[in-house]
Amino acid sequence: MRVRAFARRNMKELLRDPLTLFFGLGFPLVLLVLMDTIQRNVPVHIFELKTLAPGIALFGLTFLALFSGLLIAKDRSTSFLARLAASPMTAADFLLGYLLPLLPMAVGQSVICLAAAVALGLPLSWNLPAVVAVLIPSALLFIALGLLCGTLFNDKQVGGVCGALLTNVTAWLAGIWFDLSLVGGAFQAVAYALPFVHGAEGAKAALAGDWAALPGHLLVVSAWAAAILALAVALFRRRLIER
Amino acid sequence: MNAIEILGLTKEYGGQPVVDRLELSIPAGELFALLGVNGAGKSTTIRMLSCLTVPTQGDAQLMGRSVRAESHAAKEILAVSPQETAVAPGLTVTENLELMAGIYGRPRERVEQVMGRLGLEQWARARAKTLSGGWQRRLSIAMALVSQPEVLFLDEPTLGLDVLARRELWGVIRGLKGHTTIILTTHYLEEAESLADRIGVMNAGRLRAVGTAAELKALAGCESFEDAFVALAGEEAAS
Repeated sequence: MRVRAFARRNMKELLRDPLTLFFGLGFPLVLLVLMDTIQRNVPVHIFELKTLAPGIALFGLTFLALFSGLLIAKDRSTSFLARLAASPMTAADFLLGYLLPLLPMAVGQSVICLAAAVALGLPLSWNLPAVVAVLIPSALLFIALGLLCGTLFNDKQVGGVCGALLTNVTAWLAGIWFDLSLVGGAFQAVAYALPFVHGAEGAKAALAGDWAALPGHLLVVSAWAAAILALAVALFRRRLIER
Repeated sequence: MNAIEILGLTKEYGGQPVVDRLELSIPAGELFALLGVNGAGKSTTIRMLSCLTVPTQGDAQLMGRSVRAESHAAKEILAVSPQETAVAPGLTVTENLELMAGIYGRPRERVEQVMGRLGLEQWARARAKTLSGGWQRRLSIAMALVSQPEVLFLDEPTLGLDVLARRELWGVIRGLKGHTTIILTTHYLEEAESLADRIGVMNAGRLRAVGTAAELKALAGCESFEDAFVALAGEEAAS
């Protein structure tokens, strides 16, 4: 009951913010169309839809970190969170309330991105729903990163960390725009130690029907998501009640 | 019956007491005003009583529920209207009240009742961020009342409001007296004098004097309540 009431509030706050709709849905679509247009005008295969679409679907999910981070940071900056902290809500109620509204948004975001790719020429297949499913651990990862940042930073800092830094880190280290093996070395090693490239490659594998490659990528992303979520819960609990 | 029993409540930061061995009993239905200069320890006291800050020592019981050992049970019967207006800005007035009713498991009818009681019906569909300061403050208090709290903490409820809005809110607060036990903090001395059954004067974390406005004036030997407050808070602080 408490989680449902709080999750409903968060969903309304998110959907009523035009920036959420633009960055969550519009910006990835703009990128997809732009890259596809470039591909159509160059003779080499750089941005093929079969690799571009899953990559941009993952990139679109980075904005979930911004949304969840800003929501928590703004609540923390006012007495609204103090009011709720004095209610019977537990730390788990808070975190679920912040997390649950963003999951359907993540699924909707991935569906819209892939539908746009189909409209641009990506072949329709039963692997597309699998891509959406495979992206869910990545969505959880980005939401957890947002919850962590929103717990630690104020809303301006969250804008910088989740809006600028995380989107760039993901764009560079997920291998969305270029093959990481082209750089190789330490860059590639760091990228593969982090979850972002595994999220993108998992989605690409699902689209290609390469099911054998999925468990390894999903395991890395899920482990990172679980660890960051646990850290966010622990820190949020500490900050909720002053000791 | 006492609704609030405060027993040696203490909060220290870096070894320095901000609230120092507070002892106080407040009967059910009383409106108790907590006065003091900035840094006197009022807000820390309210934070400890509303389970937002864990006391360093001592305890307090709200309707028999310890804020230390039974904080979840205590939170079921208390509500806070914080100093700063605490509303969800993107939600309408109705949605803000529904949120609090949902969190406390109260029926939908309770929202209508509180909205009527505080005269908020005309703004039912307005987003909270579009309301004036006075109406936002009224909504903030309404959100605290939706849960039908037995103990209500009003932290500077009229801070920054104009005279008319303040007087209107006084009417709302007076309407709560007798049904709900209220602790009110304020810097407006006339507010405490007008609304409170009893008043406590805090300074440097200690409760310096407790009584009705008339008793405090007699204690300080002053004609006006403002002079009495200055005498009580100032003398003790200097000592």
